[in-house]
Amino acid sequence: MLEWFVQEVFEKYNFWTAIFIILIGIYATIAKGNLLKKLIGLSIFQTGIFLFYISLGDIGSLANWGLRTATPPILWEEGVELGYVYANPLPHVLMLTGIVVSAATTGVALALVVRMYQEYGTIEEDEIMRKEMELDQR
Amino acid sequence: MLLVEQFPVLIVTTGVFAGYTILIAGLVNRKSCAYIFLSVVFSHLIMSLFILHHVLTVGTIHYWLGGWRPPWGIEYVVDALNAYILVIVLFLSLMAGLYAKRYEEHKLEERKHVTYFTLFQLLVAGLCGVVVTGDVFNMYVLSEIVALTAYALIASPGGRTLKASYNYLVMGSVGICFYLLGIGFLYSVTGTLNMADMRILLPPLYQNRLVFVAYALILVGFSIKMALIPLHTWLPDAHAFAPSEISAMLSGIIIEVYTYAFIRISFSVFTVDFLRLLPIFDIISWIAAIAIIYGSVLAIAQINLKRMLAYSSVSQMGYIMLGVGLSISTRSALWGGLTPALMHILNHALMKGCLFLVAGAFIYKFNAWNITDLRGLGRKMPWTCGAFVLAAISMIGVPPSVGFVTKVYLIFAFVEAGNFIFMAILLLSALLNLVYFWRVIEILYMRPGGEEGHSEHHAEHAAPGKSEEIPLFMLIPVVTLASLCMIMGIVWLTEIPIVGAIPILDNVNKLFGLGAYTP
Repeated sequence: MLEWFVQEVFEKYNFWTAIFIILIGIYATIAKGNLLKKLIGLSIFQTGIFLFYISLGDIGSLANWGLRTATPPILWEEGVELGYVYANPLPHVLMLTGIVVSAATTGVALALVVRMYQEYGTIEEDEIMRKEMELDQR
Repeated sequence: MLLVEQFPVLIVTTGVFAGYTILIAGLVNRKSCAYIFLSVVFSHLIMSLFILHHVLTVGTIHYWLGGWRPPWGIEYVVDALNAYILVIVLFLSLMAGLYAKRYEEHKLEERKHVTYFTLFQLLVAGLCGVVVTGDVFNMYVLSEIVALTAYALIASPGGRTLKASYNYLVMGSVGICFYLLGIGFLYSVTGTLNMADMRILLPPLYQNRLVFVAYALILVGFSIKMALIPLHTWLPDAHAFAPSEISAMLSGIIIEVYTYAFIRISFSVFTVDFLRLLPIFDIISWIAAIAIIYGSVLAIAQINLKRMLAYSSVSQMGYIMLGVGLSISTRSALWGGLTPALMHILNHALMKGCLFLVAGAFIYKFNAWNITDLRGLGRKMPWTCGAFVLAAISMIGVPPSVGFVTKVYLIFAFVEAGNFIFMAILLLSALLNLVYFWRVIEILYMRPGGEEGHSEHHAEHAAPGKSEEIPLFMLIPVVTLASLCMIMGIVWLTEIPIVGAIPILDNVNKLFGLGAYTP
């Protein structure tokens, strides 16, 4: 039992954290009525995915119990002699792109929220829907 | 390396470059933006035709970006499927661009023209990129270029579109993040991002739960993007309130490109063998059948013309996904495989492109959004309304139109797959299409032209007997698309007696090993 706990939870704690963050993000995106809070939820969701990817790069930690053995992927002679395991840099590079995309999405969404605030005077979803219904009836 | 093998990468890079050229040229001369856009898209269309010809006669094009070999570098792969979709994308973009020139001069404030065409050019470049790429992560980045420019273009008129664009942004971002998570799962087991490489490394892992989860995530992600029921909720508002040529692009191309991406991931990264392990495609067929009926029924209930067309898009996506769902269980190579689905991607682009552009023409001339505002316009705008009728009867499925051809091919596919319930659904859907399109045609032609209806806000136009046709630049794309609805129908129909259906689609089926299923 303890062994299972260590193997499945402690060794993979950053994957569990990533799942937790992703779920918080999806919950906020779906359940919140405030457009800004929805957006915050979306950002949290994307951050969870980044954490998942970055955890993939750390190939060392799965080999030894809980001990992080992978080092940053910087090649230096002493490190090669000591037999270090390097972290995989590719997922990190992918997530640099992912962060840029996430920032761009947030920027566009914030611009839309500002315009909506100017248009309707509120950023609560249900109030905007009520105002749109009034517009429809007219 | 032949010049034509450089075309895929040239289309994407010069497309992005042209976007920023338009931005700078707009500082000097605002009028030049539209012309730069049109000339770039036109030259890309010519290039894509060369690519299609090369792919069909010589073979698949591989381009290694920066000369890095595939598993490490990004690879652009163009086979018959890509080349076919690329031609459709660029053709409809050219039509929408021609239309946009006059429509936006009228509708959009002048200072927004430059950024409008910049974003439009980036949208087209992004769409081409999604289509030609052979790398799953590159596909993610380019889909985000498409999505971000699409959000901004939808929101460009302001007002009601802001909320629609925001909804699309939230749902679209969640969808693409699911896709990102899915390819992360695949990367963690294969260690590669190249599609062809993944296809080789995946088969030993087919029993792994992680691969199933990855496929499920990718399926859900793309289902949001292509508005498959029940994830379509962003679509009606976004289509209804966007500028008309962007509605045409959204409905005719953007959701189809994500369908293409789904087909590409399903058949090029995973294989037919994997898809037969679980009844995934049967479930997709049933969801698509529900989408066909649901979209048509809700379309009948709408009073806003563009909203009606948007719900009709939900139903038409059902046709495409029904074709995809049946593709792995058709028994003969003659009718089966992806042929009906791919055929309908082109057919839907033509029909729905034309219908949305005509709906935009009514808004341009009379500010008429609702169906009841259209009384008697059939005589005032003979060419535009004629185009509407042609496209509408194509949607209903009158021979020899393109809609009829799709229905014929789908019925053959049902027979091949041995499923007859879908046939009843298809006939019911044709009837429902008839109901909601006939309502519009009746109002256009058979109600008296209401002097009380829409004459008050354009009394200056109301000279009796004077035709109130839209400008030539807008009329050309509308009439071209409408006549192609019929011409392509005849082209598809004359191909039927020849064994092996249509060379392009046949090539695709051969590539994926489809259409020869023995249960």
